[in-house]
Formats: sequence, structure tokens, C-alpha cells
Amino acid sequence: MKLKQISIFLENRKGRLWKALNVLSDADINIRALSIADTSEFGILRMIVPDPEKAKEILEMNNFIVKVNEVIVVEVPDKPGGLEGILGFLNSSDINVEYLYAFVEKNRDEAIVVIRTDDVDAGIEALEAGNVIMLSAEEVYTL
Amino acid sequence: MIWNENAECMSAEEMEEIQLKKLQEVVRRAYLNVPYYQKRLKKEGLAPEDIQTIQDIEKLPFTTKSDLRDAYPFGMFAVPSEDIVEVHTSSGTTGKPTVSGYTERDLDIWGEVMARALTMAGATKHDLIQNCYGYGLFTGGLGVHYGTQKVGATVIPISAGNTRRQIEILQDFGSTILTCTPSYALYLAEVLEEQGIKNCDLKLKAGVFGAEMWTEEMREEIEKRLNLSALNIYGLTEIIGPGVAQECIQKTGLHIFEDHFYPEIIDPKTHQKLPNGERGELVLTTLTREGMPILRFRTRDVTTLHREKCECGRTLVKMDRITGRSDDMLKIRGVIVFPSQIERALLRIPDLEPHYQIIITRPRQLDELEVRVETSPALFSDEVKHVEEVKRKIEMQIHDEIGLRVNVNLVEPQSLPRSEGKAVRVIDNRHLGEG
Repeated sequence: MKLKQISIFLENRKGRLWKALNVLSDADINIRALSIADTSEFGILRMIVPDPEKAKEILEMNNFIVKVNEVIVVEVPDKPGGLEGILGFLNSSDINVEYLYAFVEKNRDEAIVVIRTDDVDAGIEALEAGNVIMLSAEEVYTL
Repeated sequence: MIWNENAECMSAEEMEEIQLKKLQEVVRRAYLNVPYYQKRLKKEGLAPEDIQTIQDIEKLPFTTKSDLRDAYPFGMFAVPSEDIVEVHTSSGTTGKPTVSGYTERDLDIWGEVMARALTMAGATKHDLIQNCYGYGLFTGGLGVHYGTQKVGATVIPISAGNTRRQIEILQDFGSTILTCTPSYALYLAEVLEEQGIKNCDLKLKAGVFGAEMWTEEMREEIEKRLNLSALNIYGLTEIIGPGVAQECIQKTGLHIFEDHFYPEIIDPKTHQKLPNGERGELVLTTLTREGMPILRFRTRDVTTLHREKCECGRTLVKMDRITGRSDDMLKIRGVIVFPSQIERALLRIPDLEPHYQIIITRPRQLDELEVRVETSPALFSDEVKHVEEVKRKIEMQIHDEIGLRVNVNLVEPQSLPRSEGKAVRVIDNRHLGEG
């Protein structure tokens, strides 16, 4: 159960994040989840959007560098230890988590978290074995 | 004090007479002993006898750095190898360096011109000269060394680097003259201040600074912070090393030792000779070198010649401090770098567009080199560690090419200026060309 994420290269310069979001806003693209990895010299903006290919196209037209890759979206029980339990399945299968970030709260009983493992297929396998609920693209976009 | 009054204070007519005689000799020696020059002169339909007046020098072809590189290592030597007693090389990192060979007499001349230079800065046999120019293939260290010995002063051959030790010796020995690059002098001043050492507790009276471009503002700063007279020295390995020209205490230009090195200023585009007072590229001819005579070497350094009377009493022609280059050569931390080298390094990385910009700054008296490179989709990843790996790879390629550590900054595509005629590839924020 993979989901497409778009990543955007952000130069460490004033107004670049705004510009990327502005391009998406003008194209009427709604952002479902977002995270920014920042280093002292550049940033990577990662997002879940309903139509990643369209978002990529429109951003590239505006000279942004965009990459589409696959991530896993899981339901996390909204209680202490919820995320810990899920990561435990990955950890015991020796799968490395590159990064993760959460969806904005949507009046659900569960939190929604995006996970990027070094090997996405292996990650899915381990989570399936642990009976973790993963969301499909359709489910995510209609949240 | 003037080291050699006969040579440094003669009339213009006397000088020209001597220069002509030496020029005729050096052209003959080059023609007879260096196949390269014989070929070049024959091609121009020239023989040594064609030099009848000093103006006839303009008939001679130019020698460029690439001519010297093609002759690597010893192709420009004009004497048998048993007469060469020392070699030095230029600091160039583009391909092979250029080699300079010295006979015993050449070393003697080098000591002589350096003795004149140090004396101009006030050196006598009572002085302690702390020589922080690098010793080795680089000409700086040994050039100053030979001059100091000629003067009879005491040389402290500490060479470059090891700032803590430099400061210890400055204090304990009471060095009176400092020789190093101007940026290192400023760095020393900074470290001294950090350590709470007052400049009035040091015995420094003068500094002979060169091997890189600097400005009047830097002079003021160095003089204030080190409490000494900061004087400019000029030279280049291809000609002899340091000691081609030196500033006297008037600080109104550098006297060229023109009885040994004949200067001309040309328009770098038309190659026409320019009159005194006009800015252009300095061209030098070695009038007395035996080991490696060089005719009309294009230094690519931009300056102006003046022949007004100098208050110091010397009649030697003066050149302004170097204010630029007629090519795109950069000197970063003393190392010669051409933007084309950085381009070459970038082209070795697959999927990288060679759109780049070089930014040079001098934040703490030492040059920092930043290279901005446009990222491409193939190099980008959603993971920070992959992007940082790309950055490191580019830094390593550039390091391999130019021998300097650089900081690569990845920027967005289309964000660097595109070549409209000539791209703004280099932003030099050291402001060296305005002095």
C-alpha cells in the first residue's frame, strides 16, 4: 500500500518556500500533509497532495526540482505508545526509517503518519505482518 | 638607505644605454641557446642583430605562460644542466607548473635585487627579518632569504604557517621586519589581538608584503594593527621570483629593478605598447638572466608605469600596485585558480549542469571559496543524506582539480545568471582591485 509523495528542492533563500506553496495554491492543489527537512544550506519540502504528477508538472514549469517517490501512510492509535508500537515492527525487521511526519488532525480517532523506510516494500511487508493499518491513496485524499 | 646607488639612481639616458646593451646580449643568448626562441625569432624573420635600439624590443614576440608550460620541465633553459644550481616552480595548478632554472650568477642577481628591496624597506645588517614566506619550490621563502643574507641582516627562516610559533618568535626574538602575504599579516594581527599582545610591545618596523593582490585599505589596516610600515613587493617565478619591484617608503608605487627586468605596458587586446601613465598589462623581459632568459613575458598583471622623480632619490621607473588581471586568473589563499578548472571538475559529475558561480570572500583574513552549483533533477532526492552526498562529491571533484577546500552550495535551477555575452561566473568580495 504505497502512496506517492512529492519532494521539492528549496534553496536557502528568502521566499522560496512561499513561492513553492504559491505555485501550488494558484493551481488549486490542496496539501494534505507536509514536512520540511532543513539543513544550513538547503531544504527539502515533502508533501502529500491529491494529484502528485500534476503538482510536479506545475512546479517544474516554475523551475523547481521535484521528485516523486513512494512512502507508506499508516494509521496510528491515538494513545501513548501508538507510534512506538508501529516503529517496533520495523525495528525488529531491521528496517531503517529515513524520516516520518504526521498529517494534520482530522477529527479521527487515529493519527495518520507518513513513513519513509529505506526499502519501502520491505517496510510494507513488516507492517502488514504486524497488522498495522495502511491507507490507500484514495483513503488519504478523501480524508 | 639605498643598496646600490649606481644602479638605482642613474639617469634615464644611462639606464637606456645599459638596457640596450643587456637586451642585445640576452636576445643573442636566447637565440643561440634556446631552440624555442630561435624558432620563434626565425618565424618573425628576426635575428639578434635586429635589436639596434631599445624600442626594437617591440619587434620581439611575446612569451606566454603556456609557452613555458609547453617547454616543461627544462625546455627554456639556456645553459647546460651542469650550470643550473637551483630550480623553482610556479604555484599554478593548471596542468604542469612552469619551471625556472637559476645559475649561480642568477642567484647572485636575485640576492642583489632582493637586497635592494629589503633596503628600500629599511633593512640593515642590524635587522632581524622574520621570513614567513614558504620555503621550497615557491620562490618567496628563498628569494627573501638570499636578499637578507646579502644585506647581512639576520634571517629567521620560519617559513609559512604555525601562527602560534610565529607569534612566539616575534615576541621573543624581537623581529624587526616581517615578510609574508598581506592577508597573513592581517591574520597575525588578529591572533596577536586575541592573545592580548600589544603591537607596541613588538619591535616590528616594516613589512614586505606580496605574492597576492591587496589594497590601500589593507595597508592602512595592517599598519595600524601591527604598528609598522607596510610595503608592497612584486615578482614572479617566471622572471626570477620576488624582487622584480619594491615599494620605497614614499608608498607611491613600486620601483622596478629595470637594469635587470625591462618593463613594458601593452594593451592586452591589441598588443600595442602603451605610454607611461596608461593602464595595461605588464610585460617583462629578463635582461640578465642566464639560466632561463625570458623575452617579453606577458604577466597578465594590470598596472601603470610612471617615471616621475621619486622623493627617495631613486630614478628607477615605478609601477602602481597590481589592480587586476588581463585574464580570469584568481589567486585564492596564494593558489592560482582559473574558473575553467572548476567548470572542468563539474563536468566530470554526470547529470550536473555546469551552471556555476564562484564567490570569494575573506571573512577572517583568509580567503574562502564558495561555489554555487545548480541542482538537477537527477541529483535531487527526498533524502537529505543523498543531497549532502552529492554536495560532498562536487566538493571533492573541485578539490582534486584546484587543490583547495571549497564550500559547494546547491541552488535551484535557473537561479544563476546565464551568459549574456559573458556570464558573471566570479564574484570577488575581497575588493582587491580597487586600491
